[in-house]
Amino acid sequence: MIARRSLIALSAGLVMSAGLGLPSWAEETFKVGLILPMTGPFASTGRQVEAGVKAYIAAHGDTVAGKKIELVVRDDAGTADQTRRIAQELIVNEKVNTLAGFGLTPLALSVAPVITQAKVPAVVMAAATSSITQASEYFIRTSGTLPQYSVPVATWAHENNITKVVTLVTDYGPGIDAETWFTKEFKAKGGEVVEAVRVPLQNPDFAPFLQRVRDAKPDAVFVFLPSGVGSLFMKQFVDRGLAEAGIKLIGTGDITDDDILNGMGKPALGTITAHFYAAAHDSPENAAFVKAFKDANKDMRPNFMAMGGYDGMHAIYAALEATKGDADGAALIKAMKGLAWTSPRGPISIDPETRDIIQNIYMREVKDVNGELQNVEFKTFKDVKDPVKSGQ
Amino acid sequence: MLTILFDGIAYGMLLFILACGLTITLGLMNVINLAHGAFAMAGGYITVVLMNSYGVSFYWCLPIAFLAVGLAGLVLERLLYRHLYSKPHLDQVLFSVGLVFMSVAGAYYFMGGQQQMIQLPQELSGRWDLYGVGIGRYRLFIVLVCVLLTIVLQLLLTKTRFGSQLRAAVDDGRVARGLGINVSAVFALTFAVGSGLAGLGGAMGTEILGLDPNFPLKFMIYFLIVVTVGGTSSITGPFLAALLLGIADVAGKYYVPQIGAFVIYGVMVVVLLLRPHGLFSREGGR
Repeated sequence: MIARRSLIALSAGLVMSAGLGLPSWAEETFKVGLILPMTGPFASTGRQVEAGVKAYIAAHGDTVAGKKIELVVRDDAGTADQTRRIAQELIVNEKVNTLAGFGLTPLALSVAPVITQAKVPAVVMAAATSSITQASEYFIRTSGTLPQYSVPVATWAHENNITKVVTLVTDYGPGIDAETWFTKEFKAKGGEVVEAVRVPLQNPDFAPFLQRVRDAKPDAVFVFLPSGVGSLFMKQFVDRGLAEAGIKLIGTGDITDDDILNGMGKPALGTITAHFYAAAHDSPENAAFVKAFKDANKDMRPNFMAMGGYDGMHAIYAALEATKGDADGAALIKAMKGLAWTSPRGPISIDPETRDIIQNIYMREVKDVNGELQNVEFKTFKDVKDPVKSGQ
Repeated sequence: MLTILFDGIAYGMLLFILACGLTITLGLMNVINLAHGAFAMAGGYITVVLMNSYGVSFYWCLPIAFLAVGLAGLVLERLLYRHLYSKPHLDQVLFSVGLVFMSVAGAYYFMGGQQQMIQLPQELSGRWDLYGVGIGRYRLFIVLVCVLLTIVLQLLLTKTRFGSQLRAAVDDGRVARGLGINVSAVFALTFAVGSGLAGLGGAMGTEILGLDPNFPLKFMIYFLIVVTVGGTSSITGPFLAALLLGIADVAGKYYVPQIGAFVIYGVMVVVLLLRPHGLFSREGGR
């Protein structure tokens, strides 16, 4: 206990001294500490974010405002205490100028006190629970929040004569966010949520939950599941005859993640989801991004997490340009607030008050496009803010 | 609700196919092989690669997965496990857990971290509605395979010469050797069959349980629950335990979803309180 305390005190001291006397080499390099789950159950998240980050650096060079960008990638295996330890180590030993990454909500939250104390900005590239950016003044986010893309699903469902819905979400932070905000919006519009099913995070078989949905006979089932288990769910949804029973499948884009969508086959066709990015998004910026991404990572298709990584790097580059190479944490975060640019996903900006992303949310349907399954966008909700923080 | 009952049975049967190999190695050979899930995962990946890259039919993949993983088990037994039979259980646990981590890293390196998917043949997808009971075709297939497997294993152990040799070799290796039984060959073959069964379970489970590099860790607990609740002295014990646990798990999640995930553990606790050696174990046995 004593050893641990003195270690914390020591690291705090080092952080402060790092701010006072920077060694001369730090003038030329700008270090980005990328903390991601590269192994373990959430490895695919880490893989996609890293690929997105690297695609950005490949496309825009590694020198910004006279500084050379250096990437330090660390694996936290999806465990929060590791994320925190790595963050401390990166700040104290590696003297990184900014942190980035964070695959899951608890991982991002665990570094909040560290970045606040060390005054180092942290760019959240994947984690999607609304509350993260409120945990520290030094967080900005370039992915999205679950309420941000759950509310549009409710709006769309109401407009398309869906009145009775069962919600089915994974029982953890983001799932509960999705359930809460979908239900809130759907009820406000006059819809009825007949049942709210929560599935454990470690769940081998969806049979009982799907049967419960079927027996409730809703018009549609609203689903949020972390990307990865989505494919299993889809198959069992079809096998159980829910589609034949007239139950529509609607949800957030996590279930039709572009990375795995193509492997799902026919069961996925016709699924309606809302999300901020689809590889099939029709714009010249996106065509260039998808091509660059595929060239750099063969056999991979960029998904929304890769997009979060790509835009996260843009935020860092743009902030560094704005400060003319000043790597001070407070200056950087100030420069990031209010940034606006055209990303491959469409026009986006960083809300100066909440440091969260403002972006278009698209309604998409899974369709077969030239032999590949794609999320094809058919409706756009423009400039959506995170509803939790915009006080709806 | 009969649909739930059927789903529970099918799920239980899947657990049984996955765990019965462990019953054989753990119960009959007295080796604590926590790497059982790694063999199951190997079966799953073999199926995925064969089906997706070479277009092999799903039906062929099942025996291939069984044989290939069985063969791998045989090789590993000769190279590594053989030396563990005389070692304390703690060594066996540590060794096999190490093997699990190696297999997780290996699967991640070669296949990537994403979920693997297969497309079942048309006739196995979808379901029938029989008098209001929904019967998933693939689930029915699992039940049939499992029943067949149980009968074959039971006969193999109790009615054949190999079965008696195995039981003799387990109970007293020295005497068995004296009687002219090739104990080490019997063990090698048994271990191969146990691993092969894991491979088969992995191949069949891919569709329902999913397949990613964490498979061995994710399902280790379920295998162990089935084997502890069923006892390790027979095939019928784990069979009935798997049925009980499968039905309890599915029904629990359907009727009381708030606590559904814990029902399976609850059942295990109750059974072990009443019968500490498992449902069908000889009292005072190992």
